[in-house]
Amino acid sequence: MFIKLTAFDLSLAAVLVVMLGVLSTYMKLGVAKQLYIAALRTTVQLLLIGLVLKSLFENTQPLFVLLVCFIMISVAGWEILSRQKRKLKGWWGFGVSTGSLFVSSFLITLLSLFIVIQADPWYNPQYAVPLLGMLLGNTMTGIALGMDRLTQTAWQQRPIIEQRLMLGESADKAISDIRSEAMRAGMIPIINSMAAAGLVSLPGMMTGQIMAGAEPVEAVKYQILIMFMISAGTGFGVISVLWLISKRLFDDRERLCFKRLLKQSADQ
Amino acid sequence: MSFFNIQALEYLDCGPINLQIEASEIIGLNGASGSGKSRLLRSLADLDEHTGSVYLNSIEQHSIKAHTWRAQVAMLSAETYWWLDTVAEHFKNFSIEQAKALGFVSDVSAWQVSRLSSGEKQRLGLLRLLENQPDVLLLDEPTANLDPENARLFETFVTDYVYTRPACAIWVSHDVEQLKRISQRQYKIQNGQLLRTAKGI
Repeated sequence: MFIKLTAFDLSLAAVLVVMLGVLSTYMKLGVAKQLYIAALRTTVQLLLIGLVLKSLFENTQPLFVLLVCFIMISVAGWEILSRQKRKLKGWWGFGVSTGSLFVSSFLITLLSLFIVIQADPWYNPQYAVPLLGMLLGNTMTGIALGMDRLTQTAWQQRPIIEQRLMLGESADKAISDIRSEAMRAGMIPIINSMAAAGLVSLPGMMTGQIMAGAEPVEAVKYQILIMFMISAGTGFGVISVLWLISKRLFDDRERLCFKRLLKQSADQ
Repeated sequence: MSFFNIQALEYLDCGPINLQIEASEIIGLNGASGSGKSRLLRSLADLDEHTGSVYLNSIEQHSIKAHTWRAQVAMLSAETYWWLDTVAEHFKNFSIEQAKALGFVSDVSAWQVSRLSSGEKQRLGLLRLLENQPDVLLLDEPTANLDPENARLFETFVTDYVYTRPACAIWVSHDVEQLKRISQRQYKIQNGQLLRTAKGI
């Protein structure tokens, strides 16, 4: 008794978005354009991944699954970078964000595919792709927040960092407070959603499984699994970016090295 | 070799600068704003990029870790910064005796840093810096925000420290009279060069 949605159902929902956009234009709130673009992106991107998954299910090739995974990770890495007010120059920026996503999402997805879910074969796209997608989506937010907080706060607190250096503190110590603040900023979304799960919000994946007719308790187990994976992934991911960036913010003589940062207008 | 030895130091468009300072010696430094005085101190503390060599007790700056160097070659910037809530949190051991010698009448250790005046920050900044027992003091207009009475206490405190440890100091100031009072030799930076000024400037 799974109710299929028609194009008409979706266009009803789309009307709501358009109404919001019109209201925003009328009230000069300035989000209409971004809202339309984002809505359009979501439609196109989701339809595409739907098609990709469909063809993956019909013809399961490990190389093809991996390729899809790497594209997802690279796009997520790029997305993190575009949300930064100040990013590392050159390939460092992309390298750090993508590398940390690799640690946080890809490795954790592999771990759970092999050890927890024991999917057969392990690259079974029915599990691999959605799991990775959920992890990426959530850790991406955490990493982007943590990174942005670190570089922004370091930039603003430059005199304090230099003061601490003058007092003979190591670079690592001089930025430690800012780093733990950034860590908190990155972890707050997942900590909040774990705390609110079930009481305030019913998480998306569980809701989806239940609507698709899954046994609620089974859906809950999957949701708990994914929550743990997301929090571990976000945590490890944020720790690794903070470590890498805070290393990169100082030169070999423990001097602040802001010329390695590039300011960009973050309009997202 | 001298206690503190600066050889062919160059930074931005300043230098080469050569200067030898002995223990217990205070060097007075002045020069127009923007002439590179603060930059010189920052280079000596290894906070800015520079070329040339700096030796303390025959140990070259870049042969030891930067933070170890900075604990020994300590810079007091024109403005000091305080990032925790109370004064005491910035100290390992807050000494009320020493604070009194710098003109504080009550126990300032419990004070909120937000209520410190710039002059108070300057004096407490010196106390905080001296906790590391540095061998070289780099003082960037340290008494600019102090009234004459506290400025005198500050001068006495620094000279006492320099003579007893013994350490050496470079004292940047616009006050020529003060420099004559506290330093054995006076220099100025002009056109990127360090020039010794005759007594009486």
